[in-house]
Amino acid sequence: MTHHDADSMDIFGFWIYILSDCILFSAIFASYAVLHTNTYGGTEIKSIVNLPYVLTETMVLLVSSFTYGLAILSLYKNHLCKVITWLAATFVCGFTFVAMEIYEFVHLYMEGNNWQGSAALSSFFTLVGTHSLHVSLGLVWMLILMLQLLFFGLTPVMKKRLTYLGLFWAFLDIIWIFVFTIVYLMGAI
Amino acid sequence: MFEKMLLGNLTLQAIPYQNPIIAGAGIFMMLVACIIMGSLFYYKKWTWLWREWITSVDHKKIGVMYIILAAVMLLRGIADAVMMRIQQVMAVGDSTGYLPPEHYNQIFTAHGVIMIFFMAMPFMFGLINIVLPLQIGARDVAFPFLNSLSFWLAVVGAGLVNISLVIGDFAATGWLAYPPLSELAYSPGVGVDYYIWALQISGVGTLLSGINFVVTVFKMRCPGMTFMRMPIFTWTALCSMILVILAFPVLTVTLALLFLDRYFGMHFFTADMGGNAMMYINLIWIWGHPEVYILILPAFGIYSEVVATFSKKYLFGYATMVWATACITVLAFIVWLHHFFTMGAGANVNAFFGVATMIISVPTGVKVFNWLFTMYKGRIKFTTPMLWTMGFITTFVIGGMTGVLMAVPAIDYQVHNSLFLIAHFHNAIIGGVVFGYLAGFTYWFPKAFGFKLNETLGKYAFWCWIIGFYVAFMPLYVLGLMGMTRRLNHYSAGNGWHPYLVVAAIGAFIIVAGIVFQIAQLIVSIKNREQYKDHTGDPWDGRTLEWSIPSPAPFYNFAVTPIVNSRDAFWEAKQQNILQEKTYEDIHMPKNTSAGFIIAMLSGLVGFALIWHITWLIIVGLVSVMTAVIIRSFHLDIDYYLTVPEIEKLESQS
Repeated sequence: MTHHDADSMDIFGFWIYILSDCILFSAIFASYAVLHTNTYGGTEIKSIVNLPYVLTETMVLLVSSFTYGLAILSLYKNHLCKVITWLAATFVCGFTFVAMEIYEFVHLYMEGNNWQGSAALSSFFTLVGTHSLHVSLGLVWMLILMLQLLFFGLTPVMKKRLTYLGLFWAFLDIIWIFVFTIVYLMGAI
Repeated sequence: MFEKMLLGNLTLQAIPYQNPIIAGAGIFMMLVACIIMGSLFYYKKWTWLWREWITSVDHKKIGVMYIILAAVMLLRGIADAVMMRIQQVMAVGDSTGYLPPEHYNQIFTAHGVIMIFFMAMPFMFGLINIVLPLQIGARDVAFPFLNSLSFWLAVVGAGLVNISLVIGDFAATGWLAYPPLSELAYSPGVGVDYYIWALQISGVGTLLSGINFVVTVFKMRCPGMTFMRMPIFTWTALCSMILVILAFPVLTVTLALLFLDRYFGMHFFTADMGGNAMMYINLIWIWGHPEVYILILPAFGIYSEVVATFSKKYLFGYATMVWATACITVLAFIVWLHHFFTMGAGANVNAFFGVATMIISVPTGVKVFNWLFTMYKGRIKFTTPMLWTMGFITTFVIGGMTGVLMAVPAIDYQVHNSLFLIAHFHNAIIGGVVFGYLAGFTYWFPKAFGFKLNETLGKYAFWCWIIGFYVAFMPLYVLGLMGMTRRLNHYSAGNGWHPYLVVAAIGAFIIVAGIVFQIAQLIVSIKNREQYKDHTGDPWDGRTLEWSIPSPAPFYNFAVTPIVNSRDAFWEAKQQNILQEKTYEDIHMPKNTSAGFIIAMLSGLVGFALIWHITWLIIVGLVSVMTAVIIRSFHLDIDYYLTVPEIEKLESQS
C-alpha cells in the first residue's frame, strides 16, 4: 500500500471523528434546548446576552478560519515561513476568542450568574464551555504543529496533520455559528 | 489538612476490611494477581509479555487480549449473579439473607455494568479484531496504534470497577445510574464516580475502535471485495461500529453532565433548581438502545457464518440479510423510549415508539428465516458452534416474542421493571449475544491459536448453558407476571415467589457448570494441542478468506493480497481449484508501541484522581496524558517493511 492511500484513509478516519464530535455537540444542544427556560425564578438567558460583544467574538473566530485557509494555501505553495506566520495569526485570533469567552464567564460569575444558579445556567455554561474547551485544545494542537513544522519542515506527515487541524478548526466554526444562533441570537429575542 | 490535599477524599476507612465478603473477594483478587505476577518473575516472562503482547499492535493479539479480559470479567459478573440468586433464595419472610441492602445494590449494579461494558463489549471487540481484517483480506486495521489504545482504555475501565471493590465502593444505583438517585444528594459516596469514570474511559476506547473498524472496512478491503461480496460477519460488524460512532458520543455527554452535576453543583438532572431527571433517562437510552444492537448484530453475523459453514451451503438470502442488518441499524435509533413508556410521554408518543419497536421484529424475523432456510436440505454438521447457533434460534425467538409483547405500551405498564423484563433481556442477551460470541469463540479459536477446542467438553458446556438458561430465567417470567419487581433484596413469604426463586438459583448453578466445562475445555485442549492441531488452516471446510491462510494466522496475515471474484471467495476457490499466483511484494507493517499502554494507564490515574477528588493528581495526570500524546506525535518512525526474502523465509517455514 502506498503512502498516498494511507493518507486518504487517515483523513477519512478524521472525518468520522468529526462526525462523532458533531453528535456530542448535538446532545449538548439538545440538553440546552430542554433546559434553557428552566431558570427556576433566577436569571433568564435573555438578560445575560450581550450581542455586540458576542458578535465581535464571532468575527474574531471567523477571521481565524480565514487565516487558517491562507495557511493551507501557503502550504500548497510550500512556503514554510508563510504557513507558520498564518498559523500564528490564527492562533492569535483563536486565543482572543477564548480570552473573550473567559472574560464573559468571569463577568457573569461576578454578577452572581454562575452555573449553580439554575438548570438553564448550567446548560448555558456547559454548551458554551464545551465549545471553548474544544477551541483551547485546538490552540494547544496548533502550537505543537508550529513547533513540529520548525522541526520537520513541510513533510507529507505535517501536511496531513495540518489538514486534520484545518477540518477541526472549520468544524468548530460551524458549531460556533450554531451556538451563536441558538444561544445568543434566539436568546436575545 | 495536608492529608486532604494529598489524598483528596481517600482515607483508610475507604477500604472495607470489616466486611468479610468484600475483604474475601479483595484478598482473592490480590492473591490471583500476585500468583500471576510471581510466575511471570519466576519464568522470566516480563520482557516477553511486554514485547509480544502489551506493546503489540497486531490486531489478532489485541483480539486475544480483549477476549481474556472478557473471560475474566465474565467470572466476576457470574459471581455477582450467583450471589444475587442466593440472596433471593434466603431473604424470604423473617430472614434477611446474607447481603445487607447497600451491598446487594452494589452487586446488581456491578453485575449489569460488568456484563455489558466489560464482558460483552470486550468479547465483541475481541472477535471483530481477530476476524474482521482477515475476512476482508487486510494486513491490519486502519489505525493499529489506536487499536492498542482502545484496548488498554477498556482494561483501565474494567480495572477501575474492580478497584472499587477494595477501595471505596461501587455505585448502588442500578446499571444505568438514574438520577436523582445518582446525584450527590442521594449517592454521596464515590460509587457513582467510579461508575462515571470507568465508563467514560472505556467509552472513549470504544468510540476509537468504532472509527477504526469503519475505516478498515471502507478503505482496506482486498481487490474485488465489493460491499455485496463481504462476509456477513463483516457486514454486521460494520453496522455495529456505525452504531458505536453514532451512539457513544451521547453516552459521553450524558455521563459528563452527571459528572458536572456531582462535581460542580450544576443542575442538569437534580430534583430542584430546574433540573430534569427524565432528560437523563432519554439521553442514556438514546445511547442504550443502539447499544443493545451494537452487541447483537455481530452475534447475528457469527451465526450467519457458522450456519453456512456447517450446512455446507451458501447463506440463504444474503442480500436480505444485509438489508435486514441495515434496517435494524436505522431502527435502533427510533425505539429508545420503549424503555420508559411509564414516564407518561402521552399516548401518541408511546404509540409511535411501540409500533417502531414491533417493526424491528420484521428484519429480525427475516434473519431467523434465512438461517432456517440455510439449514434446510443442508448437510448439517452438529459441531459446537452449530449447536450454539441452533440453541440461539429457538431461545432468541422466545426472547424476541416477549420483547414484542412488551412493545405494547399497555402491557408494558403492567410488567415495567418487573422480573418479566429481566427475563426478557437476559433471554435476548444470553440466548442471542452470549451464545453467539461463544459460537464465534469456538469457531475461530483455531485461526487464532492453531488448534481446535475439544468438541465433547464444548458440547457439555453448551447443554449446561442452554438448560441452565431455561431453568434460571423461565421462572422469572412467571415471577414477573406474579408482580415481583426487579432488584428486590427481601420479600415476604406469603406471595408464593420462593419456589420459583429456588428453581432460578438452581438454573444459575447449571450455568456455572457450563462455565466450568468451558474452562475444562480450554485446559484439556491446550494440554492436547498437538492432537487438535489445525494443519491446513481450514479446519471446518470454511467459506471465507480467513480460512485461506495458515493457522495461527501469520502476523502479516496474507503473504499475497487475495483477489476476490465472488461471495464466499475461499469456498469458490476450493470448488474451482483456483490457486492464486504467489508473487510476493514488500509488506508495510506497523511497529509495536508502548504509547497506547502508557496513555491508557495515565488516563486511569486521572480517573482515579477524579473519583477521589485528588486535585494535584488530576492536574499531573492530565498534563502527563497530553505530554504522552505529544511525545507520540513527534515519533515518526512508526512503520517498517517486511521484505520479500523475509516473507519467503517465513512462508516456507509454515
